[in-house]
Amino acid sequence: MRPLNRTTRRAQRDAPGAPEPARDSEGTPASNPAASSAAATRDLVAAAVPVALAVGAYGLSYGVLAVAAGLSPAVATLSSIIVLAGGSQFAFVGVLALGGNPFAGAVSGLLLNVRYVAFGLAIARALPGGSFGRRALDSYLIVDESVALALGKAGPMPRDPAARQEWSGEVVRRFRVVGWSVVSAWILTTAAGAYGGQLIADPELLGLDAAFPAGFLALLAPWLRTPRGRTAAAIGVALALGLTPFAPPGVPIIAASLGGIIALWVPVRTEHGEATT
Amino acid sequence: MTILALVALAVGTYLMKAIGPFAAAGRELPPWLDRLSNLLPAGLLAALVATQTVVDGTSLVLDARIVGVAAAAVAVALRAHFGVVVLVGAAVTAGVRALGWG
Repeated sequence: MRPLNRTTRRAQRDAPGAPEPARDSEGTPASNPAASSAAATRDLVAAAVPVALAVGAYGLSYGVLAVAAGLSPAVATLSSIIVLAGGSQFAFVGVLALGGNPFAGAVSGLLLNVRYVAFGLAIARALPGGSFGRRALDSYLIVDESVALALGKAGPMPRDPAARQEWSGEVVRRFRVVGWSVVSAWILTTAAGAYGGQLIADPELLGLDAAFPAGFLALLAPWLRTPRGRTAAAIGVALALGLTPFAPPGVPIIAASLGGIIALWVPVRTEHGEATT
Repeated sequence: MTILALVALAVGTYLMKAIGPFAAAGRELPPWLDRLSNLLPAGLLAALVATQTVVDGTSLVLDARIVGVAAAAVAVALRAHFGVVVLVGAAVTAGVRALGWG
């Protein structure tokens, strides 16, 4: 299924209006393109649905809390459409709930979101670039889950140009499918929590606050299986927890990106250490 | 004023997300930057796991979440599916709270 997808992508880029059969003339090994693309779709759905459900649980809690903090249900829903970064939205309504200045809430939210510069650079290696609109849409889809799941599942970027193109196609497809699933789940469940919050039990009673770190841990897993990834993660944890009591919210997370920078220079004893970082 | 602050948060967040796709996509990056962008998510995701597990506001606390996330870690080590990991994390946390801790 991979060769098929790669040639499809190439065909689309070279000739946007190219007729469908053009792909088969390149001699794809797939004997039944319809069946293999169905399998690829199943694979993507299997990856996207659980993530969307977990994000949905978080979105439901956010909708409930945002209204409790004083936002109208409409503004709460709007916030999920235009901000689309869960942690910063929780920080924002958290400040409002304490009676703080909304701009202080926006600043702490922005600090939390500086990490998206790093996530954006990480996924940009696979993105084809393209028109302004395409880049603008891809930017909108950058959330923790879409980047981590796309890059984590696909493994390290191959050096060989042909293999790299295949790798990019795989990563981008996963990024966009998971991205749209997360975006729609986040917005819809925010609305559900905001408009129907009174019907839902206390989110903490259901353990929903632990659903998120558990999900992030699952997203982190592919990195934990490489020596450099483990080093980056360990330094990230130490920096984040060490700074939490002293630094403003968001700063500990940003500092954790130093984990990746330091891990780059730490020698690791493994024959494929380089390839796995 | 709340709406204005919300719009500022949205615009600032979007601009930060857009740096990668607009400045680096479809372009050959120097190898060190390439390897760095691959490692950055590891530090960031690990920090998110840690802070969401043991941080409350600006203080470190141990409550039911740590038990739930530890159970989720076991599920990850057993290579359980993403949905299973999340369910285990939430369910164990809820169970520990039901028993009266955290």
